[in-house]
Formats: sequence, C-alpha cells, structure tokens
Amino acid sequence: MGSAQQLHLGVALDGAGQHPAAWRVSGIRPAALFTAAHYLAHARLAEAASLDFVTLDDTLALQPGGEEVVRGRLDALLTFAALAPVTSGIGLVPTVTTTHTEPFHLSTAVASLDFASRGRAGVLAVPSRTEAEVAHFGRRTLPSEVDAEAENAEVVDVIARLWDSWEDGAIIRDEPTGRFIDREKLHYVDFEGRFFSVKGPSITPRPPQGHPVVAVYGDSPYAQGAEVVLIDEIRDARVRFPGAKLLAGLSVVLAETEQAAIDRRHALEAYAPFPTGGLSFTGTPADLAAELPRLAAASGLDGFHIRPAVLPDDLELFTAETVPALQAAGVFRQAYTGTTLRDHLGLGVAANQYAEA
Amino acid sequence: MPKQVKLAAHFPGVNNTTVWSDPRSGSQIDFSSFEHLARTAERGKFDFLFLAEGLRLREHAGEILDSDVVGRPNTTTVLAALSAVTTRLGLAGTLSSTFNEPYEVARQVASIDHLSGGRAAWNVVTSPDAWTGQNFRRGGFLKREDRYQRAEEFLATVRELWDSWAPDAVVGDKENGVFARGIDRFVHKGQQFDIRGEFTVPRTPQGQPIVIQAGDSDEGREFAAKTADVIFSRHGSLESGKEFFADIKRRLPVHGREPGELLIMPAATFVLGDTEEEAHEYAREIRYQQVRPATAIQFLEQVWSRDLSAYDADGPLPEIDPDPDAEPLTWGRVRHEKDQLAVAAKWRAIAEEKKLSIRELVIEVTARQQFVGTARQVADSVDEYVQSDAADGFVLVPHLTPGGLDVFVDEVVPHLQERGVFRTDYTGDTLREHLFSR
Ligand SMILES: Cc1cc2nc3c(=O)[nH]c(=O)nc-3n(C[C@H](O)[C@H](O)[C@H](O)COP(=O)(O)O)c2cc1C
Repeated sequence: MGSAQQLHLGVALDGAGQHPAAWRVSGIRPAALFTAAHYLAHARLAEAASLDFVTLDDTLALQPGGEEVVRGRLDALLTFAALAPVTSGIGLVPTVTTTHTEPFHLSTAVASLDFASRGRAGVLAVPSRTEAEVAHFGRRTLPSEVDAEAENAEVVDVIARLWDSWEDGAIIRDEPTGRFIDREKLHYVDFEGRFFSVKGPSITPRPPQGHPVVAVYGDSPYAQGAEVVLIDEIRDARVRFPGAKLLAGLSVVLAETEQAAIDRRHALEAYAPFPTGGLSFTGTPADLAAELPRLAAASGLDGFHIRPAVLPDDLELFTAETVPALQAAGVFRQAYTGTTLRDHLGLGVAANQYAEA
Repeated sequence: MPKQVKLAAHFPGVNNTTVWSDPRSGSQIDFSSFEHLARTAERGKFDFLFLAEGLRLREHAGEILDSDVVGRPNTTTVLAALSAVTTRLGLAGTLSSTFNEPYEVARQVASIDHLSGGRAAWNVVTSPDAWTGQNFRRGGFLKREDRYQRAEEFLATVRELWDSWAPDAVVGDKENGVFARGIDRFVHKGQQFDIRGEFTVPRTPQGQPIVIQAGDSDEGREFAAKTADVIFSRHGSLESGKEFFADIKRRLPVHGREPGELLIMPAATFVLGDTEEEAHEYAREIRYQQVRPATAIQFLEQVWSRDLSAYDADGPLPEIDPDPDAEPLTWGRVRHEKDQLAVAAKWRAIAEEKKLSIRELVIEVTARQQFVGTARQVADSVDEYVQSDAADGFVLVPHLTPGGLDVFVDEVVPHLQERGVFRTDYTGDTLREHLFSR
C-alpha cells in the first residue's frame, strides 16, 4: 500500500438513493424503481467511470416504514441479471438472503449471473433476521443471530463448493467415445453442515470467474472467509479482516460548493434523519476526491462502497468530478484493465478445491 | 378467420435430442446461445421461449450420465437476462413447486414480469423424484401423490401474492410524501402452507403472469384444467393429440372455464429439406445421432431395471424380462411408463413385427412428434394439426443449439403467415396479449 494505492469503488443503487426521502427530491419517477431501465441508467454511469461494481440490497420482506418511504422491490439478483447482457465492464453484486433461499438455487443463480455478464458477477450474502421473513415462509422459527450468521457462513461455503463441483474443462464433447462430459471432472460435494446438507454436483458448470466474488457485511462474526468485506465500523478493520478487500460504506451528499452540499443535506434532513451506520461525507466532489485516499491510507482500507444520498444526482457528480480527480491523482484506474470483477478487484484466479494439484 | 397457431421455442439443453456432436452445435451454457435462440424466436414473432428445469444431474447405474448434454444455467436468471435483449417475446421458465417456496417463486416470476414489461410465464412442475431433494434443505420430501396437492396450493398462494398489491398502489406522490398505499397483507393457511405477511413486488404488467402446466396424469390434467393458461404436453401425434385436446377441453366447463382459456401446446421437433426425401434422410441421420448405442442400452435399462451392458445395441432385445421390483437404474429423467412388464411386452412385439434391433426400437419408441419435409409441407402439417384440434400450437424443440430454430423462422413461418394462421407482427406487448387477444 504505497502512496499511490489504487482504490476500489462500489456504488449502492438502492431505491432512489440512500436517504429515505431521496425519492421525493430526485427527478426519478417513483414507478421507475420497478423497471430495468432505471438500474441500467445508473449502472451505465458507474461503468462509464470504470467503477468496480454496483450493489443492490434485498430482503424477502417489505422495507419497514410507512407510506413516506420507498416500499417494494424486485428481486435484486434478477434485476442485475437484466443488466448483465447490456453492460460490459461493471461488476454486478446483488444481495441475496441466505436464511430462507436454498443454497443450491443461490449457487446456480450467481453462477448464471456470471455467465450472463461474462465474468462480472458477485454476491453480497446476508442472513435474514426478521420475523416478517419467517412468516413469509412458515417453515422455521427465527434463528438466533449467531445461528443465522453461522448458517450464512455455511451457505457461502457450499455455494463455492458447488461452483467447484465441475472442474474447468469438464465438457469434452468427445466424439470417438461418445462422451459429452468427463465425469472424472465432476464432483459430489456431499456437504453435511449444521443447518443443511447438499449432495451436488451443481447442475451448472463452473462459472467464468470460477468463484464469482463473495462479499459480506463486516458486522458478521463469520465474515473472515469472504474475499470482500463491506464495513461500517472502520476502527481496527484491517486488524479484524487481514486478508480481505475492505471497503467502507460512505454515504455522500455532493454539490459544487460546500455550502450548497450542506443545504442539500439540510433539505433532506427536513424530511427525515440520515440513516445511521457507516461514514458520511457532505461537500464538493473535489474535496471528496482529496479525502478518499487519505482515509483509505489512515485506516488500511482498500476502497469505498459509495452510497449516493440521492440518485442520480450524487452518482452523477461522483462519476463526473470525483472520479476524474482520483484518476488525476493516480489512485484510480483510467479505464478497466481487465474484464472480470475479480480482475477489477485484483483477486486473482480462484483455485478449484476439487481439482488435483 | 382460421384458428391462429401458437408457437414457442424450447431451448434444446439437457437431453438426448440435442445433437452435440454436430459441428454446428454450440454451447448449452454460454449466454450467447440463449440470446441467439431468443432473438431468432422474436424475429419469428413467436409467442414465447421456453426453458425446462432439472435440479440434479441425471444418473444412470450409479454414475452421472455422460453421453448426452449435461449442465444448464439457472432458469430465472437466464430469463431475466433475456428480458434485456428482447422486447416482445414471452419468457417462460420451469420452476418446481416441490423444491421452492411460494413467496420466492411469486417474487421471481413477478420480478421477471416487471423487468420484461409483461412477458413472464411460469411452468409449474412437480418434479418427478425425491432423489432430487438431496440437493435441498428439506431432503427427499413429498410422496408422488402429495405433489399435486402441494402444487395446487402453491399456485393458489402465488396468485394470492400477485394480487395482494392494488394495481395503483405505487402512488409516488412526492408533494404529500406517499410512495405506496394499498399493500394488502396476505394470509394463507392451508394443508401445505401457513404463511402471512406482505409481498414485496407491486402488481405486475400482466397482473397475473402466464401459468403453464406440464404433467400428464389425471391429477396433472385436472390441475391444468382448473387453473393453467397453457399445457405443455407430449401428445404430439394427430391421433393422441386430438384425444388429449378433447379430454382437456372437456374438463374446462366443470371449472367454469371456456375452451379458449387453456391452450394446448405439445412438444414437437422438425426437420427441413429442399425435398421431402432429403428431409426424411436427414431426419433419419439425426435420430441415429440422438440415440447412440450407449443411449439405446440405457433407455432399455431404464425400463428393464437391469444391467444390460452386455447386450449389443445393434442386436435383438434381451430374452430376460424387466425386474419391476428393482430400484430404478436411471434417475432424473421423467418416466412415463408405469408398468414395466407391459411396456417390455409391447416393445418386444414391435421389435418382432418390424424386425428391429435395440437401437432401432429405441429410435422408434422414443420418437416425438416430428414435422419432416419441405418448409411448405411442414407449414401445412402444423396448420392441419391446429385446425383439426390436435393442438393450439407447438413448443418447438430444435436438435441444434443454438441455431436450430433459424431455418424454421426463415422458411416455415413465412408460409404460416401467408396462410393467415400466424401473426406477421406482434399486436400486443405482453405474453397474455400474444396468447389470448384475437
Ligand atoms: C411435456 C412435459 C415436460 C416436463 N418438463 C419438466 C421439467 O422441465 N422439469 C421437471 O422437473 N419436470 C418436468 N416434467 C414432469 C412433470 O412436472 C411431472 O413431474 C411428471 O410429468 C409426473 O407427473 P404426471 O404423473 O402428472 O405426468 C414434464 C412433464 C411433461 C409431460
């Protein structure tokens, strides 16, 4: 991590922005939140700036709150699947719920997102902790927080095993022997965990990245194995997660002058307070560009998960002004240098746990 | 106006219909293959593209089957991605009611309906075997007789969820700060599900996405008659098609439905040639590529439940009878034969009468409805089947991935259009409009 450390940047595309009243001040038509075009427009802004990835939150329940907040959403993974064939550089990292969804379905869905995006898929694996979700399934009681996190870790483990259950090159199409696959290169995962078991192999061959990028939130006690950790609490983060790419959540309110940014923030706060958790920045795009490398160096961060207060406004300013300033300072890429999300994040090739060394 | 033909394109993935050894055969996995087929189907003004599903790799005699195409991507993910590269084509996916939960399926299909602007369809299948359950939290799960009970309640629950948001619930009143209003709570308490809460997806462009059913038993037929929009059947021949068609349409009034409310679309393959002889020659070649010696023996073993690997596929049928008490040798293939001894006796009779080897017999008995001939002849037959109520249309299964449909779209569709039995352009935006508006 020298002075010209390269930053990694992801952007949250939730609702009409991070602030609960964003939808009231944004130029976005509220019903557009239920169309693919809305997400595509924002993903393209992020892609034009060569950002690493976009994220989209999800749960299997309605957002809490009343009439005055955005309620309802489409399945995040499917929404990003609809962006995959019509984007070319941006990483796509939807949230999935690991407590209720079958790990087998999750594994094939993320692998398929990787195929559709030609190697740009990731997944933010999040356990469920609400009674509402339990009631939507009616199959189990609410797991304790510790159990939900442990199960999340099992799911992360098993989805990677399923990705590996087909070795690269398993499809041989060998005409002389009449074999379509080499079954020596397919593996039962025979996973027996505390919470479930899965036989395998996957129905889907190993995806282009081998392992699509798995991200988790850093408040999880089981975040250790993940390759990307999104953190809100940056103190001691590097000590807590020595091996992971660490990106700090940062909500941003931007404007051409500092005063204008403060005014925008106050205007939003007149509707509702900002959500707690994570860092926040209110100011000019240029000041933000100066701040990011400093903050990263001081806290041992690899980058930031930018949460624009209002879409598209804060994302537009971020990509149009902050990113070029970061590029000029030599701390952010000028253009994509690779084609996959693993390339963007510098994660290297994913080893296959079943392949003979 | 003559009855209009409905057409769907089946992605020829996992099965032995795909001739993978053909040099023109591409990937069954890469998204570009799905995109190619979808664009071709849309160019041909098809009603929808269809994806099947299997949730465990097929096995034979304790090993993963390696002679046919193996491996496929996740159904809903592919459909959502296809919504981005098509504008009118319906997008139909098979999702098991046994290995999913209503809240998730309702949400996935509704999401695809939004993302595609009203083009989603769900093919409700009950999944043929509990062996698949080993890949899921619940394990084996559900006896055969309980599966339709679950399927029926599953679908009813999904429909309740789809209906739970008022059509105008997303108000988006920025001035007064009302984002959404009128999200009803759902409560479902039945034998299979006891669930309640709020759905996360607003009412979709189609309101109710299209529901397809594929299952042939009496329970399956009743289920479809009661509630499906389309049946994907395997009764493709003129005779069995007419019988099936009449049987299904007869069941509708009991459920207060009109014959036109449920469309019957059998699977069918096609082979085109410049002359009729050429087409038949090519069709014969394709069948031999689909049913290789190993595949023929495996098919026989599936019915016999015995190791028949010592037999020559080019020789006569085994003298020994099936072992109806043995565990099945094949897993993951839908079995339509229930009485193995009777099937074997029937096959023996056919083989004797026509002097067929094992391979020739399997080619004969596993044949599906095939339209073979010149483009004009194929168009004539398709039209004849539809006009004589053997079907409302067909789900076409090309034998090449992904380019196998091109020739049908380029050569057969124009003939159907000329006859005035197939649209020359889409007249609606949603799949429901394609299927049901006149
Ligand atoms: C034409 C047809 C297509 C089917 N496609 C699938 C499929 O893609 N995936 C699946 O799990 N089952 C599929 N099935 C199986 C059915 O869902 C059902 O489990 C099976 O037919 C047994 O039910 P039945 O006794 O009513 O026929 C299909 C059945 C038919 C007749």
